[in-house]
Amino acid sequence: MQNIPPPATRSVSLRVNGKPAQLEVAPWVSLLDALRHDLDLTGTKKGCDHGQCGACTVICDGERILSCLTLAVMKDGSEITTIEGLGQPGNLHPLQEAFLEHDAYQCGYCTSGQICSGVAMIEAGHGKTREEVKDLMSGNLCRCGANTNIIDAIMAVKDGNHE
Amino acid sequence: MNNFHYTKASSVDEAVLAGKGAENYFIAGGTNLLDLWKYDLTHPQKMVDVNGIEELKTITELPNGGLRLGALVTNNTTAYHPLVEARYPLLSRTILAGATAQIRNSATNGGNLLQRTRCYYFYDPASPCNKRNPGSGCPAVEGQNRLHAILGFSDKCIATFPSDMCVALAALEAVVRVTGPNGSREIAFADFHRLPGDRPELDNTLGQDELITAIDLPPRGYAEHHNYLKLRDRNSYAFALVSVATGYELEAGMIANARIALGGVAHIPWRVEAAETYLEGKAPTEASFAGAADLILAGAQGFEHNAFKIELARRTIVRSGMMALDPSCQRPGAPPSL
Ligand SMILES: Cc1cc2nc3c(=O)[nH]c(=O)nc-3n(C[C@H](O)[C@H](O)[C@H](O)COP(=O)(O)OP(=O)(O)OC[C@H]3O[C@@H](n4cnc5c(N)ncnc54)[C@H](O)[C@@H]3O)c2cc1C
Ligand code: FES
Ligand code: FES
Repeated sequence: MQNIPPPATRSVSLRVNGKPAQLEVAPWVSLLDALRHDLDLTGTKKGCDHGQCGACTVICDGERILSCLTLAVMKDGSEITTIEGLGQPGNLHPLQEAFLEHDAYQCGYCTSGQICSGVAMIEAGHGKTREEVKDLMSGNLCRCGANTNIIDAIMAVKDGNHE
Repeated sequence: MNNFHYTKASSVDEAVLAGKGAENYFIAGGTNLLDLWKYDLTHPQKMVDVNGIEELKTITELPNGGLRLGALVTNNTTAYHPLVEARYPLLSRTILAGATAQIRNSATNGGNLLQRTRCYYFYDPASPCNKRNPGSGCPAVEGQNRLHAILGFSDKCIATFPSDMCVALAALEAVVRVTGPNGSREIAFADFHRLPGDRPELDNTLGQDELITAIDLPPRGYAEHHNYLKLRDRNSYAFALVSVATGYELEAGMIANARIALGGVAHIPWRVEAAETYLEGKAPTEASFAGAADLILAGAQGFEHNAFKIELARRTIVRSGMMALDPSCQRPGAPPSL
């Protein structure tokens, strides 16, 4: 196959964590790479780059998606929230606080994806029971095995035990 | 991974025009296409982004009492749509049994029909594979074939079609609406996917430059008695080893009409109408569903690592038939009803 030489870049306008962001990217750049490399938002992680781990989960127009399996150019005009936009030290999102309280991470690599995924699930109103929450969170793998505590943290926020 | 051109279409006509050309691909959710591209299994020259075609993003009621699902509505939006939940809960359950919430939020109804097989050899560019590289051979026949077909395969290819959603669409007798350079046509679901035969590189009967615009659901939705039972190596986020979609209507306690479709066992969602006719007039009992299972699995043949699927499929058909009596028992964490 013939490779198309650069610079075949396109402009993409996003709102990321509440602020406008203007990008010049090649069509083949994933949203994940654009966030990490172009916008320096390295809280979103690359685990597998193939849709299998959930580490790259971000919230796009209110819904959790995998930023590794979408092109940045496809999201022109979208509103993206990453872990950086959910909360910052001193002003954490309730689910971030719950993760601290419930010891819901070990190495921390999956954590930003878990939290973005959990926040979007709660906001969508899905997951009535613990079993359903486990099923709906199964797209976020934790190779350290913190899953039980992760579900505890999410259930605490869902049940209103966190502001 | 190769570089490619990108263009965004805002109407069906624009997309069809831009899509002409063997290495031009429509991109919808991108969850299968980008994965294949990253593995160097497809080499798009141009991606035609169809996400700007607003008219394909709606779910609308049809005059005949059916429902039209736009090709670009996401799998999750479809599964949680109030009309789908109320009238086609079998479709909801089936969609929610596939992939993960993140993937379903991107994956579209049209893209789901066209996802490629998960055969390990197809996914390994270093392996021969008649589906990816016609004429190179099929290492699965004598190799790792746990995920592979027990029905309808050929000596060229024993791959399975991995979609969950399509198992329900087969049972519901959906109709696929498509538009190409020569106009629009409708394809009955049973004619959409094809058996591998001598041309395993062709998964379906869609023309290379045709765009799926919608999927129509006929009025009959089996809302009262339905079940989707998916068996896999882990409880979530895995493809089916065997799955069964069951729907039937009862009259005075007897089955008036029934549909049964299987996933994970063939190159297409597998349906045998004789088994459905057999159930008519019978009580919904284990014995009735076992009789149907015999008809569905007639001619099934296993390979070294998947022969277990024949007995597994038989039991899954029976269990799914019984679970369909009380559909609430299939929600995650629901207590077993039987
Ligand atoms: C990790 C992982 C796990 C998964 N698990 C499951 C599972 O358990 N069960 C399951 O059923 N699925 C599963 N999937 C597959 C998923 O459902 C599909 O990837 C998805 O449905 C494809 O839809 P898409 O819109 O993203 O398609 P795309 O990737 O955008 O496109 C797929 C193909 O369809 C073509 N296309 C797309 N839309 C149209 C259209 N309107 N007209 C014509 N051609 C079109 C594209 O050109 C491409 O060839 C999984 C996927 C991943 C990555
Ligand atoms: S990096 Fe996207 S799912 Fe693993
Ligand atoms: S905390 Fe290490 S992968 Fe989840």
